[in-house]
Amino acid sequence: MSTGPELHVLAVDDSLVDRAIISRLLRSSKYQVTTVDSGKRALEVLSLEREVHMIITDYCMPEMTGYELLKRVKETAELREIPVVIMSSENSPARIRRCLEEGAEEFLIKPVRPSDVSRLCSLLLPTVAMTMAMR
Amino acid sequence: MDYSNLRRQIIFMKKSFFDQGYLDEQFNQLEELQDESSPNFVEEVVALFLKDSPRLLINIEQAIEKYPQDFYRLDSLVHQLKGSASSIGAVRMKNECSVLKAHGNDKNLEGCRRSLQKMKREHATLKQKLESYFQLLRQVGPRNSAVNSRK
Repeated sequence: MSTGPELHVLAVDDSLVDRAIISRLLRSSKYQVTTVDSGKRALEVLSLEREVHMIITDYCMPEMTGYELLKRVKETAELREIPVVIMSSENSPARIRRCLEEGAEEFLIKPVRPSDVSRLCSLLLPTVAMTMAMR
Repeated sequence: MDYSNLRRQIIFMKKSFFDQGYLDEQFNQLEELQDESSPNFVEEVVALFLKDSPRLLINIEQAIEKYPQDFYRLDSLVHQLKGSASSIGAVRMKNECSVLKAHGNDKNLEGCRRSLQKMKREHATLKQKLESYFQLLRQVGPRNSAVNSRK
């Protein structure tokens, strides 16, 4: 793809099966992927040196929901520019609206399909790549 | 080894899973993700599901059978099971989860019990069918197992 540093996506999901699937979906699009099973671990990864270029997170998770993670990211100066995508099996207009209002880029209904992910990545990541190239 | 015969068997078996409503399109989506770098992706994901789901079924049973019943926890557990079933295309299990969820929401204990028993049977059947399927696939080998139903 590019000669620069590869784009790194953080995937957050408490389901083992879904982590394997989202990870494969992203890797087949040639992105570097880190998967974690909770919002708490996601925040730990985000606090590390290595840059994250997109966050894709499940909504329904124990302890910290994807919505709460989204809020934390958008409230944090160093993190707020990172695009966040929410995934959920519930097609709830209220939930979708709330997430988009809080700053989520997209809301995907599960099960997530390869076409959803490639559309997403081609939508969000070129902008990131451009931003990186401009630095 | 007669690959063409085996391949026919595999295609026929997979078609029967779809015709009988065990699997849906999501399973095909997962098979399309397989390539040289991940030739056994679907088998691996299904293995994860089959390894993880028994624990959920046991916990669901506990939530139903304890006194007083924990319908809140039941709902959360069924939601998890429904999610993973849906992710691998296991449509019968997914649908039974919806039934169980509804009984739980109604606090219909007998309904929950019946649904759980049905779920366990569906799980056992699915496991047996998919394990046979992957066993056949392994005999053919990764290079020859292009069983994309679109072809």
